Amino acid sequence: MKLLASTALALAVSGTTALAAGHAACAAGKTLTDGTLTIATGNPAYYPWVMNDAPESGEGFEAAVAYAIADKMGFDADAVTWVRTSFDEAIQPGAKNFDFNIQQYSITPERDEMVDFSMPYYTSAMAVLTTQAVMDAGANATLDSLKSLQWGVVGSHTSYSMLTGVIQPESDPLLYNDNADVNAAIMAGQIDAALYDLPTALYLSAVVVEGGALLGQFPAEQSESPDHFGLLMEEGNPLKECVDAAITDLTESGELAAIEATWLAEATGVPVIK
Amino acid sequence: MADASSQDRAAASSTAPTRRALYEAGVRRRANRIALISTLSVIVAIFVLVPLAPGWEAVQKSFFNGRVFAATFPGLLDAFVLNVMIFAWSAPLIALTGLAIALCRDARAPALFPLRLFGIAYTDIFRGLPVVLVIYIIGFGVPGLGLPRPWNSPYIWGTLALVLVYSAYVAEVIRSGIDSIHQSQRSAAASLGLSDRDTMRYVVLPQAIRNVVPANMNLFIALQKDVALLSFIGPVEVFRQAGVYKSLYANFTPYVGAALIFLALTIPATRYADYLMNKQNKARR
Repeated sequence: MKLLASTALALAVSGTTALAAGHAACAAGKTLTDGTLTIATGNPAYYPWVMNDAPESGEGFEAAVAYAIADKMGFDADAVTWVRTSFDEAIQPGAKNFDFNIQQYSITPERDEMVDFSMPYYTSAMAVLTTQAVMDAGANATLDSLKSLQWGVVGSHTSYSMLTGVIQPESDPLLYNDNADVNAAIMAGQIDAALYDLPTALYLSAVVVEGGALLGQFPAEQSESPDHFGLLMEEGNPLKECVDAAITDLTESGELAAIEATWLAEATGVPVIK
Repeated sequence: MADASSQDRAAASSTAPTRRALYEAGVRRRANRIALISTLSVIVAIFVLVPLAPGWEAVQKSFFNGRVFAATFPGLLDAFVLNVMIFAWSAPLIALTGLAIALCRDARAPALFPLRLFGIAYTDIFRGLPVVLVIYIIGFGVPGLGLPRPWNSPYIWGTLALVLVYSAYVAEVIRSGIDSIHQSQRSAAASLGLSDRDTMRYVVLPQAIRNVVPANMNLFIALQKDVALLSFIGPVEVFRQAGVYKSLYANFTPYVGAALIFLALTIPATRYADYLMNKQNKARR
């Protein structure tokens, strides 16, 4: 499966090298180090965005997107270096140690005032992660049922705004530092449900959370403010236009959709919340 | 004693200042002048030089952003109520547990040696562990055993973690207070026919605890700040709320707001602890 995926990716990437020449000039002299593209991701980087916490392999949705964008901008895979940053490091004032940062940053107008975002490379549905036990106890995919649950989310995620804005739970949600802590709280029964982007929720329910289940999803096209992921760049980074051009190309040529199909599981089976 | 001698001096100087008194007053004035000038120049240097730094505008925009501050400060104040509540129910528990552990460590009867051993192990372990670690282990670990709601609440187990760690510190402070009471006090109490128990209760503890009030004040100021660590296991107190705003606005100003709220409480408390400490030092002199 993995081999097949990598081959598909390689095909997708090699088909575009002809186009790349046009964008290559754009990035010249605008990167941190001349001739190299420095890309940052999370520490650790999570499945299915980056496989095995090894973005260098180009495996995983965001790793593949990063290499595809780099290719469009005229950087070979060899000319890409990876660094790791936390969310806070990415937004701190002063010089950045990356050209762009890819770790499921949701684009919001408030954030956009402090940093620059590329065009969205992915639009995510939000999904409700819970356990089989909670569903057996009668929780179902209706807003009324969701309101009565005890919620927990990662404090730095935009899912918190969605939770308080759309679901409006009856009891105050609990907030955590990272996915691992939310999962610990679910498994300890301290919270009934958590809100994640759909790919992460699928992975967590299948692999990480014991007895995990997906209660339902808020499809991106039905959300009032869908969750767009963008690359994060320093405010006023001249590279932005090159990155945007690369993403536009990838979107129009269907390569982005191909990468998505390769790495992000089908989620048609997840019920839609009404 | 100190009061009496200063009164003497005051009386002497009010009639006619001696040459020595005049000279000393001159020295004091000069020292005050120098202190004033040096303080002012440091303040001026900070306020003039820091904004000259090339990145100041960026720092100002992400740490001292008036718009973000105004938008988030009310929410931070709301969240701070939770800090105060956690503090309010933790502090008495910590004081009682700390006292109990201190008494364990002071158990002198041979038969009570296990109690003494327990006291030593308790203080060694919980003073040796980072607070965050204890909060994580107890806050996620114990509920993970399968307790039903509401008994798996992070408030209960987070509070327990705070009580465990802080009572170990308080116990050590109280023990130092107990040790500071001279053996002659116990002997005197024994000669009056007081039992060991009554000696501790009516003779040693009242003096010991009075002696360590300032030191314990410092611990409770530290506790006030460490309450924020409970946010790691779920509760949305001021530090977490500031983190949420930070992510929302991609701006660190909410943390500065939270810092101001903490300072508004801890600075008066610290001043008060210092005042108590000074008063005590004077009384002992």
